[in-house]
Amino acid sequence: MFRKILIANRGEIACRVIKTCRRLGIETVAVYSEADQGAPHTKLADQAIAIGPSESKESYLSVARIIAAAKESGAEAVHPGYGFLSENAEFAAALAKAGIIFIGPPPAAVAAMGDKIESKKIAREAGVNVIPGFLGIIDGPDAAAKVAAEIGYPVMLKATAGGGGKGMRMARNAAELREGYASAGNEAQASFGDSRMFVEKFIVKPRHIEIQILGDQHGNIVYLGERECSIQRRHQKVIEEAPSAFIDAETRKAMGEQAVRLARRVGYFSAGTVEFVVGEKRDFYFLEMNTRLQVEHPVTELVTGIDLVEQMIRVAAKEKLPFSQSDIKLDGWALEGRLYAEDPMRGFLPSIGRLSRFRLPAEGRHVRVDTGVVEGSEISRFYDPMIAKLCAWGENRPSAIHHMQDALDRTDIAGIAHNATFLAAVFKHPRFADGALTTSFLAEEFPDGFHGAPLAPEERRALLAAAVFAHLKSLRRDVTVGRQAGSAWPFGKEWVVGDAGEEIAAEVIEEPADGLLAIRLGGEAVTVESTWHPGERLFHGSVGEQEIAALIARNDAAWRLTARGAEREVTVRLPRAAELARLMPEKKAPDLSRFLLCPMPGLVVSIAVKAGDLVKAGQPLAVVEAMKMENVLRAERDGEVGEIRVKPGDTLAVDQVILEFA
Amino acid sequence: MRDILQQLEEKRRQARLGGGAARIEGQHKKGKLSARERLELLFDPHSFEEWDMFVEHRCTDFDMAAQSTPGDGVVTGHGTINGRRAFAFSQDFTVFGGSLSESHAEKICKIMDMALQVGAPVIGLNDSGGARIQEGVASLAGYAQVFQRNVLASGVVPQISVIMGPCAGGAVYSPAMTDFIFMVKDSSYMFVTGPDVVKTVTQEVVTHEELGGAVTHTTKSSVADLAFENDVEALDQVRRFFDFLPLSNRESQTVRETFDRPDRIEPALDTLVPPQANKPYDMHELIGKVVDEGDFFELQPNFAKNIVIGFGRLDGATVGIVANQPMVLAGCLDIDSARKAARFVRFCDCFNIPILTFVDVPGFLPGTAQEYGGIIKHGAKLLYAYAEATVPKVTVITRKAYGGAYDVMSSKHLRGDVNYAWPTAEIAVMGPQGAVEIIFRSDLGDKEKIAARVEEYREKFANPFVAARRGFIDEVIMPHSTRLRLCRAFAMLRSKRLENPWKKHDNIPL
Repeated sequence: MFRKILIANRGEIACRVIKTCRRLGIETVAVYSEADQGAPHTKLADQAIAIGPSESKESYLSVARIIAAAKESGAEAVHPGYGFLSENAEFAAALAKAGIIFIGPPPAAVAAMGDKIESKKIAREAGVNVIPGFLGIIDGPDAAAKVAAEIGYPVMLKATAGGGGKGMRMARNAAELREGYASAGNEAQASFGDSRMFVEKFIVKPRHIEIQILGDQHGNIVYLGERECSIQRRHQKVIEEAPSAFIDAETRKAMGEQAVRLARRVGYFSAGTVEFVVGEKRDFYFLEMNTRLQVEHPVTELVTGIDLVEQMIRVAAKEKLPFSQSDIKLDGWALEGRLYAEDPMRGFLPSIGRLSRFRLPAEGRHVRVDTGVVEGSEISRFYDPMIAKLCAWGENRPSAIHHMQDALDRTDIAGIAHNATFLAAVFKHPRFADGALTTSFLAEEFPDGFHGAPLAPEERRALLAAAVFAHLKSLRRDVTVGRQAGSAWPFGKEWVVGDAGEEIAAEVIEEPADGLLAIRLGGEAVTVESTWHPGERLFHGSVGEQEIAALIARNDAAWRLTARGAEREVTVRLPRAAELARLMPEKKAPDLSRFLLCPMPGLVVSIAVKAGDLVKAGQPLAVVEAMKMENVLRAERDGEVGEIRVKPGDTLAVDQVILEFA
Repeated sequence: MRDILQQLEEKRRQARLGGGAARIEGQHKKGKLSARERLELLFDPHSFEEWDMFVEHRCTDFDMAAQSTPGDGVVTGHGTINGRRAFAFSQDFTVFGGSLSESHAEKICKIMDMALQVGAPVIGLNDSGGARIQEGVASLAGYAQVFQRNVLASGVVPQISVIMGPCAGGAVYSPAMTDFIFMVKDSSYMFVTGPDVVKTVTQEVVTHEELGGAVTHTTKSSVADLAFENDVEALDQVRRFFDFLPLSNRESQTVRETFDRPDRIEPALDTLVPPQANKPYDMHELIGKVVDEGDFFELQPNFAKNIVIGFGRLDGATVGIVANQPMVLAGCLDIDSARKAARFVRFCDCFNIPILTFVDVPGFLPGTAQEYGGIIKHGAKLLYAYAEATVPKVTVITRKAYGGAYDVMSSKHLRGDVNYAWPTAEIAVMGPQGAVEIIFRSDLGDKEKIAARVEEYREKFANPFVAARRGFIDEVIMPHSTRLRLCRAFAMLRSKRLENPWKKHDNIPL
């Protein structure tokens, strides 16, 4: 076994690998860029080595610097995590040359699977189902259009070197194909330094289901069941689960055996994932093989009880797998939600900044948290916008969903925009509960973006009751100003709760003890029990039979409550105050539709129009790059372009005016 | 007797109706509440006791004798806010446009006199067309009597003005002399001369809102401290604000029960100051993490944003907070920020409110605009205010404390009681680059030499130790323990006694 391992990665995955190493008694070496100075992974490791500037090209993607760090530290092996150099042949070769062991698959297998076209040919030869398509590199948009016409629309454009949703575009017609070809090519060039593209048939109503495999260097290969990753946004996975609600034992076996066959064909060992697209009739086709640890590996760990990182390390140290296929049992259900630094209310635009608050639910039997940031960390524009992975385990799928919802309700992040409410909205969606997933789930269920989840009547009642409890508890404290506790209570028993334009009468029945409140809310008697006190950000307790956890904060005029994917501003007023508040005029927000505002901090890549141009709704106006993603900003309605206020290369702040409409 | 009771009932009914149902309706249509409705929201339910409901004007000219309403356009009295006493007057726009008559003024003076005697704040809800022109000079005399009382009450009881309608001409000077002015957006305005006169005299065309609306006065003129969306929100926030204040200068401290532990640790503060010296950070995060329950009542948030002022609590007791804001103009001091903070510091000192100062200041803003504008005298106001203050003063230097601005910001030399520094603090005459360019002027041509000198200077002075060696810093503290240290320091200072030499009054550079 190794004495010392270097982790050539950052963030949550570096932390996660270090944790397993510590458990195994292996010393760890972290590497970090300028932007990651003092980051949690550097503190968690026994040793940390600086490897250069913030740009990943010059640090985490620099083979030379990481090899130098490995040599300097005397690490015997390197775990690459995912992304960065995890599937880079040059890196594996350089490590081999330096006599350092790469904790991952053999370079030949990586090379064979790394090329998306080549890998399909091998898969076909190995007897694995493949999608009908054109196995060749496309030379320019004209060639793409020609090939697409032959296969028939819709088609999928993919960068040969692509991954993680970058460099991929679906096209329904020739116009989309041309636009997608350019932007996907640019993205691939920027992200991977390789803009080569290919085209394949797009399968309608597809699910994304993948098989985790694990092999040793003695020819043993097992599959550890599947993960369903159909909940994706722009081909970026958002929610994953194991097992899949759609896969039966027979299909699981067939997929698993094909995956193992492919792995065996390329002499695979270590952890790997064979991705399939699964059609409506459980027909499945090979997509690609990821020759690394996947982001979503924790769900497999939660249902198999196997630590994949430990096995990768043991396999790299030439140990034999301690189990065979018949030993693999799936226990319960696991879900993962990826917390991203993005604003679901504003078209999921990336958000950067300091995590002024970052409190995640406590880990335990039902909750697992993988993160690489802490309160006070800076989410920079240099790296992936994922800030944490929240996993929940339950005896069955409904129980896992229940624990996930509770965990999300307890997630308290401020300083940047994030998608916790959006995740909660998906987990409570009836179609998610039914398991009726496809990769276009999000596009179909949230066609106009996300504007907060609806609340079920009992959820709403619980939130409103919590607001009344908080209000009364705060007032009881407020009247202590300048005096001893237990001053006279000037407010009576009658209250009016305002929520979403509706008013509900609330009447205090009794307050039998501190932390216990019986009220009649909208005519219905409920008892609230909670230890909450003013200043706490998390309200937890019970309302009637229902357990409740919600974020709560006092705004100027209202209580802001966040739970179950909804954010509500609730007022609690004396009846007379409510009556007078009704007289207050509605104020309209200023009209900003005349301007194109920059939706996130970023860099202007290009301006597609000039002053005086007539534009149609949906027409691209400008491209802004943020978090390495190019975001096309489009006209929201027809109009004439007026003054343009910025030029390519400008750095923009949120809501900065890009151009004005005439 | 029965007759009297009937008359009483009738007079009360009339008084409560003010200018009549139609005019109250008109007030509502403008998005405004009536004078009495506002008092209902300001005070605890049923706590308001009205005085002088039956006062009527004494004017007989212009047929005025025929038109009289009991109360004469202003409702006065006292009530409680979360159980504590306050006096208030609320001008009634439905009666003669809320205009100020001799008797209207007398009513206001009466509650002010009583407030002064019992030691309770005065809250004015302003909604008045101005002087009662029919009364002529009697009305002007009324204003002056109110002004005089504003001045006498200043520093004795807190005075809060809420502008909830027009407030123009001489009328503006009563609120101007109170401690705080709050305004309601879109329905209130304050100016000395209105848009019509402005147009006649200067040819400028300007709307009421642009000339003297809530946004103008909270962003441009700094006449007002806060702007609120509507009457309900404004009065709700006055209640919240009131809870921070002592009732008079006779009270030693204002305490409210808190559930927040004084020893709460905030690990994230250790990374608040970025490693790069030129990168800003938000002082609000520090304030929010230090004060009880994160509850900070900021004043003038949209004016001179390079300094942050407002009230918070530590272990239940109110403190006034002044903080340089590195996010705006690098947190430097200029005319506006010095004026803004100086008046706040003086308010705190008047009312025995301890002052907490967070320092990250690179110096004074240079430039002709500042010099011509009199930065010398305006900057001196803040220096003066800190130097004369005898309340407990605790200072935390988070990063830069350069030059004269260091002295100003509640330094040890201005009788700062407890002066802490974070490890990131740099107390020096100026930044390393500037300092080296002066000390080693002869080496200016040699970039390498200068760079080496800058590094040397940084090593030597860019730390808290030079100042700590001389005792100018009492202790270097870890950012995560700031709250604990502050609570401990203010608890220690609770019994502080310090008096300035006797004087008739001081002569601050106005």
